[in-house]
Amino acid sequence: MNQTTAAVKEITCIADGVYSMWFRTEIAKEAKPGQFVMVNPRSEAHLLGRPISICEIDADRSLLRLVFRVVGYGTDELASSKTGDSFTILGPLGNGFDVSKAEKDSNVVLMGGGIGAPPILGLACALKAAGVQKITAVLGYRSREAGIFLKDEFENVADVVITTDDGSEGLKGNVVEALRAKDIAADIIYSCGPMPMLRAIKGFAEEKGIPAYISLEERMACGVGACLGCVVKTKDKDEHSHVNNTRICTEGPVFEAQEVDI
Amino acid sequence: MNTAVEICGVKFKNPVMDASGTFGSGMEYSSMVDLNRLGAVVTKGVASVPWEGNPTPRVTETPSGMMNAIGLQNPGIDVFIKRDLEFLKKYDTNIIVNVCGHSIDEYVAVVERLSDESCVSMLEINVSCPNVRFGGIAFGTDPKLLGEVTREVKKHAKQPVIMKLSPNVTSVAEMAKAAEEAGADAISLINTITAMKIDIYRKQFVLANRTGGLSGPAIRPVAVRMVYEASHAVSIPVIGMGGITSGEDAVEFMMAGARAVAVGMYNFHKPTAMIDTIEGIEKYMKKTGIEDINDIVGCV
Repeated sequence: MNQTTAAVKEITCIADGVYSMWFRTEIAKEAKPGQFVMVNPRSEAHLLGRPISICEIDADRSLLRLVFRVVGYGTDELASSKTGDSFTILGPLGNGFDVSKAEKDSNVVLMGGGIGAPPILGLACALKAAGVQKITAVLGYRSREAGIFLKDEFENVADVVITTDDGSEGLKGNVVEALRAKDIAADIIYSCGPMPMLRAIKGFAEEKGIPAYISLEERMACGVGACLGCVVKTKDKDEHSHVNNTRICTEGPVFEAQEVDI
Repeated sequence: MNTAVEICGVKFKNPVMDASGTFGSGMEYSSMVDLNRLGAVVTKGVASVPWEGNPTPRVTETPSGMMNAIGLQNPGIDVFIKRDLEFLKKYDTNIIVNVCGHSIDEYVAVVERLSDESCVSMLEINVSCPNVRFGGIAFGTDPKLLGEVTREVKKHAKQPVIMKLSPNVTSVAEMAKAAEEAGADAISLINTITAMKIDIYRKQFVLANRTGGLSGPAIRPVAVRMVYEASHAVSIPVIGMGGITSGEDAVEFMMAGARAVAVGMYNFHKPTAMIDTIEGIEKYMKKTGIEDINDIVGCV
């Protein structure tokens, strides 16, 4: 974990309001799928880093890919940057996905909802590299018009099922409905997406008695576990906090779904 | 060139520490910041038993600052002594423990538990947290209550006692005097300023607690003014804080009357902010030919 200056190598708009960005940074050498970085806006009127999940990692070339949606000042500033611009980045942060939870012959189901899909892509690549054979990625988007991003990259490493809210591409409905409709075999689920989707996945996993690892987000200030801004309620007393609260930035952002009260 | 300062007989290698709550117990930042270089580590508020804190969202950015309503989540004094103090002991820096409570008894309980901990240099009593319903700020906005809690804590404390004052008062000078008269060894200020932010699209408060404490460079001029007023009202040492980002900012607080300073939310922006502040003070001294940092304290 370190705070460094990183230069933008490439930035492209890949869907309505969604940008893909490659940074040149040594943080790539330490990073794991599911971890995140805090990107400081360049304006000194905006002092908190923006937590953004890592989409892809090219450790050999010290490159880190972030895919994000423009939601406010910080992401807007990032989106309007150009090749060669530099940003202050803190990372890698958080625990990331534990690839070793999946056996080589497990039916691994990856579920990404909207801007939750990017960290799942990095995980899919890592699972493939680890020799996992059966990887199915169920990806949910708003509509074809709003953009079905990262589909090609996912198809390189997994069987892909697309769902959209309006049915304009793939199946109509959400990712859990798609899982049931297509009767996709799942021994283990990894997921990132909006809270209603994660709740549905938690319910599905409980019903099937399978583990589900979900990545959460929350407003945070430090990213390193000091400010206690980004907590989530836990089923059991947390080992660090000694209350039923755990830090998303440090103990997370990835949790076994049954351990957190979402 | 001398950057060392002394507060209530405690020697600090330099006047720079963190503002409680922005640096955990040092552990969280220790891979990026050499704690040995700091004047002190001020730990996050600790109570007699674990506190859950407030619901989320607990933090939000504001122009040149942020608001927080953590609600003093902490693991309780037993875990704190075993884990956090044990960790901090290894470093060559002063340890200042920030103490919180819902009642005078709860403050006293923590202070008593710490009386045998010789590694603790000072206690900072948090009577100014705006984000807990009972205790906290209630003690820090009424001079009588502030006097009472100060007297009780002083009766039981083995270490020098710093009372941390709230800016959410009409006269901070009056509060500073109340603390001094009740026996406080030092005061620190300012804690955060009570603030509110509304999400106009959701028609909701941004923070679950509705209000939160404002910190960061946005509050610095208010903090400098209050440090000036407080330090002119009392003769006990003052530790100044509120939006410090650099050595220059630290010098400004010291000229206003602070014997030492704390860096707060800027640690979140830049983990090495305190190191930069220490180096910035040295640079300022060199540039302006100041031999002893103590010479600038209250010089305006």
